[in-house]
Order: sequence, then structure tokens, then C-alpha cells
Amino acid sequence: MQSVSVTFVGYVAFRSDGGGCETRRVSRVAASPELDEQVEEVVDLQRPWITIVWNDPVNLMSYVTYVFMNYFKYPRDKAEKLMRDVHYEGRAVVSAGTREEMERDVTAMHSYGLWATLQKDE
Amino acid sequence: MGDSTYGFQRTATGRIVLRADQVERGLLTSVAQQVIDLVKPEELPADADPLEAQLGWSAGDVGPSDDPAVARLLPSAYADEQDAADFRRFTERDIREGKVQHATTVLAELERSGDKITVGSPDSWLATLNDARLAIGTRIQIGDDNHEELASLPSDDPRAGLFHVYDWLTFLQESLVRCLDPTLYGFSEDDAPVIDD
Repeated sequence: MQSVSVTFVGYVAFRSDGGGCETRRVSRVAASPELDEQVEEVVDLQRPWITIVWNDPVNLMSYVTYVFMNYFKYPRDKAEKLMRDVHYEGRAVVSAGTREEMERDVTAMHSYGLWATLQKDE
Repeated sequence: MGDSTYGFQRTATGRIVLRADQVERGLLTSVAQQVIDLVKPEELPADADPLEAQLGWSAGDVGPSDDPAVARLLPSAYADEQDAADFRRFTERDIREGKVQHATTVLAELERSGDKITVGSPDSWLATLNDARLAIGTRIQIGDDNHEELASLPSDDPRAGLFHVYDWLTFLQESLVRCLDPTLYGFSEDDAPVIDD
């Protein structure tokens, strides 16, 4: 097992498409010193809204995975993990972003027939 | 079960087809029509604000439908009632129209097909099959663990026939997802043999 160390580097401000400023935290992730591999991980601190998909007895596991892959463009592994969270845990946070973005995602989920809500992240 | 024993199938040239006899096509037509009847938006009143009408906004408070099937197809987006009503006002008509559009596409593809239905718009079929299953599932109060109970209802129980339709639509939807992605969760390549055109 390789250990992963994350070094906090600092805050940077990005100008989003809408013209506003978003503050993001930039971390450096070193997978192993031998490989000297450094990856910058950008964690957005101002994405306070989330979309939740809830379990229901009708939606097929295959269809839910299909929707997550096709609408969110998530890779298969992530789509299947989220689907399993919905099915076995009863719910999954499928996306995070601005309120407007989450309203768009919830509308899309309802169009696909998935049961979704949005709320402020806690 | 009639010709649809194999569900949707992928052909050698990449088309998706469903073999279905006349009775099955009639059933699918009825199902798609009922989805439309269930979700089609109300006609706008003659005195509706022209701009709001154009944008598809509804005047006044909008709550979840009293019909549980419609409420499941158009759930509340927010836990807070006022937020949910505001959201419905701006989005519900679009969602309803989208669902009607999908079911109308399915009807058109059924209309022009014989025993072999060629699926031109798989996403419309998926959405309509799913909406129909949500509506029927709500009507017969399907749960996570009452399938066997529903499957063994006496034939004079009104839910018995609905459950068989639900079960058949489930099989069809699953076979269509499998056609679109043969390696998706729970499937293996062997489950989705390719057939001749």
C-alpha cells in the first residue's frame, strides 16, 4: 500500500464564466516520493448546493447507472457506485454546484424519472 | 407472451429492434397514450400573460399533484413547500412537455412499424417505459419486497393485470438498456446477442 500525502498549498481565486469570483483550495497530492508524482487537486469551497437522488422501488439499477453515465458523463465506476449508494443506502449526492446548476440537474433527473431533490450542503 | 420474448435486440448493423405482435403493439400504444394523458400540461387560459405563457410559467401556487402517480412523475424538488412551489412554477410545464414529446415519438415509431419495430429514438423509449412503470408501480403500490405477493394475486384482482403489464415493461426496459450498453451493471456480453437484420 502506498501512502498518499496531501499538502495544503493555498487559496486561489478563479473567475467563473458568470464573471463572479470563486475561491478554491489547491492541494498537492504526492502518491509516492519515489515516483515524484505530484498532482494538483482543486477543491471548490464555494459549491454549497447538492443534488440528491433517492431510492425508489421502480427504477432499475441498470437504468439509473445509464442515466448517471449519460447525463453527468460520469465514468462507469463512479456511476455504479452512486447507483449502489442510492439502492442500498437510500440516497446519494450525485452532484454539487451553484443553486442554478443543481436546479438544472434536478430537472433533468425528473425528466429521466429519477426521484431527486436539491438542498444547501451542510 | 408473444413475439417480444427476446425484448429489444441489437442487429448486426447496429440497429435496435423489437419484435412485437399486434396485441403487444396495441398494448405499447395504449401505455404511451396513457403516459401522455397523465402528464400533458393543462391548456393555458385565454387570458394568460403572453410572456409567461411563452416561457411556460404558471401563475399562482403550484403544489404536487393529488394523484399519487402524477406526484411520483413530477416530484417536489425542495423539501421546503414554498421553494418547491416556486420551482414548479418555472419548470413543471417543460418537464411535462418533455415527457409528452418522448411518448409522442414512441407512438409515431409504433405507428409506422409492423411486427419488427425499429427504435429510432431509444432515449424516448427508455423515458416512456420508465414513466409508465412509475405510474403503474404507484397504482399497484409496488415496494422493494412485494413482487411475489403481487405476482400471485388472483386474476380477478384489478392489480393482477396491471402487475403483469408492469413486469413486461420492466423486462422491455431492461433489455433496451442492455442494447445501449451491453456491459452495464449486472449484464454480460452473452446476455445481448446480436441478431441478423
